[in-house]
Amino acid sequence: MLAGKTVVALGERDGVSGPAIAACAEAAGATVAFTATECFV
Amino acid sequence: MDLRSQEAILRLAESHGRDDIVVIIGAPDPESAEIAAETVRLGDPTYAGPLAGAQLGLEVFHVLHEEVQADVPPEVWDSQIGVMADILDVDGINAAIEEIRSRPLDG
Amino acid sequence: MTMPEPVLLGATQVLAHVPGLAIHGSKPRRELPRHPEVEGAFLAALRSFDDAVAYPPHQVFLGALHPRQLPPRPWVGAPAPDGTSRFGPAGEIMPDHEFLGLLAAVDHFGLVTLDPAVAEQAAVALAAHPLAKHLDLDRIDAATGDAAAVATRPGSLPLHLGTDHGGVAAAVVSAHEADEALSAVVLLDNLAAKATAALALLHVLRSTGVDPTSVDYVIGCGEEAIGDRYQRGGGNMAKAVAEVAGLTEASGMDVKNFCAAPIPALVMASSLVASGVFGRVAVVAGGSLAKVGMKFQGHLRHGLPILEDVLGGAAALIGPDDGVSPRVRLDSVGRHKVSAGGAGPQIMEALAVEPLRRLGIPMADVNDYATELHNPEITEPQGSGDVAARNYKLIAALAARAGSIVADKEAQAGFVAEHGMPGFAPTQGHLASAQCYLPHARARLTSGGGDRVMLLAKGSLFLGRMSQLSDGMSVLLERNGNDDNDDNPKGR
Repeated sequence: MLAGKTVVALGERDGVSGPAIAACAEAAGATVAFTATECFV
Repeated sequence: MDLRSQEAILRLAESHGRDDIVVIIGAPDPESAEIAAETVRLGDPTYAGPLAGAQLGLEVFHVLHEEVQADVPPEVWDSQIGVMADILDVDGINAAIEEIRSRPLDG
Repeated sequence: MTMPEPVLLGATQVLAHVPGLAIHGSKPRRELPRHPEVEGAFLAALRSFDDAVAYPPHQVFLGALHPRQLPPRPWVGAPAPDGTSRFGPAGEIMPDHEFLGLLAAVDHFGLVTLDPAVAEQAAVALAAHPLAKHLDLDRIDAATGDAAAVATRPGSLPLHLGTDHGGVAAAVVSAHEADEALSAVVLLDNLAAKATAALALLHVLRSTGVDPTSVDYVIGCGEEAIGDRYQRGGGNMAKAVAEVAGLTEASGMDVKNFCAAPIPALVMASSLVASGVFGRVAVVAGGSLAKVGMKFQGHLRHGLPILEDVLGGAAALIGPDDGVSPRVRLDSVGRHKVSAGGAGPQIMEALAVEPLRRLGIPMADVNDYATELHNPEITEPQGSGDVAARNYKLIAALAARAGSIVADKEAQAGFVAEHGMPGFAPTQGHLASAQCYLPHARARLTSGGGDRVMLLAKGSLFLGRMSQLSDGMSVLLERNGNDDNDDNPKGR
């Protein structure tokens, strides 16, 4: 599903962070175009 | 959602073709997953950012969705996600995103 | 030469109830002018001082009860806990008219002008304060003037009391017309941080009986950055606080690490004591005005008061072993390495699991884990969930994975109930990040029944846009005389 896709990795500090999502997406063969982590506290 | 993230998503959607893009979110609970999913599909519900009124209809999954996990090599999954899969409310999060995905886009 | 064992001589914290300053928090300051219709609802939802004193999480913050003694939620509208008072074992909550006076008392640049009636009220109240003799109350006189007129000057900021937005109670001027780092709102942020940190430091000197001139160094770990446009985070809040608190023989510096800063500051202070470089070192942090009112939209949506209407402040004093105070175990420090990446479990593994594995201490032998103890009643209405609860679930899951507890839901829930606690701190991240537990930790490890407390803090470095990483640090506090080869009976 992710191979060849362009992925936007929108992480959250208290869930899964942007870099962790990006690492998964890249390992799945996607290109990560944008990575961010949000922090609401 | 952070305004800079909204801006980046808007630019990508314009330059890449929407079918090519998958948004993967890492929200810790259903409420925050719903807001993120709504923002990239139906527009910014807070009307604060560049995606206000923008119905991009982008494909969106939580990183803990089984279809995402199925694509990720187990050793990467274990080091990057690990026990988060056990402690977050995966079913609640996926249901919240599914609810947003089920809403029709205008026009 | 044997190295002195660093111990936690004392820890205090304070709150300043500042409903009148709430509109100067970063979020209200941006949103309210864009939605004038919301401003009335915002002002109407501010709390009275009595409500702020009686709010159970505040009483926990002041040490009157342990976090695990909090009543069931909701805490808004709950009866005041037994023994509720403005002054608690760990510090105090100060009303806003006194706090405006305190701002003037720590202002060395004529930045604050107080309306005469406000100045009079503040001077009378502060003269009767237990710390009055340590406050430079003459500065309140000097700051008295036509605040309303000063507030109309370009770049000035009017300040109000409570919900009374009719009258100008005080004004803050900018220090440079072209320098955003010296604008009135930044200077107010910094003065508020200075005042709350100084108040907490005075309390810790009073509670420990330590002579202010015996403190050699002060480390600031608050969230504000002091400086000018050429060096926006130049510093040094710690020394400014030392000066107003009468620590004439001390110098100081600031440690920056987003919300995680207090633990590195505590570790550095303890290291300075252990190495013999300094004898006594204070760690101080003031409140973050920028974060006041941050989640007001969620609070209004849920019919709650504006719960972020207080500034926090904290101070801890580290010194050589006195035979009584909890030890800071420098061999237990956990840090989040660059190579550990940005995944949440890896951060927690590095902070909570690795240090204990290294020391051979079972995870269940740590009585209390003090992590990010944000008050969930503040965070949940804005969709941020229960930060403390999530941290404890993660720690329990890692404990199960490490084989420290049985890997089932029931055992993990039991671990959380026994070793975790509800969040209670104002959402000023550095205060919530373990630091707010220091007075409780000291009580647990001296007069209470605990042997070990782990403090762990995380900082969201990615917010500064220089790295996608987070950071974190952890350290163990231990009951004095807890060594296996130590037969000192007072230890247990």
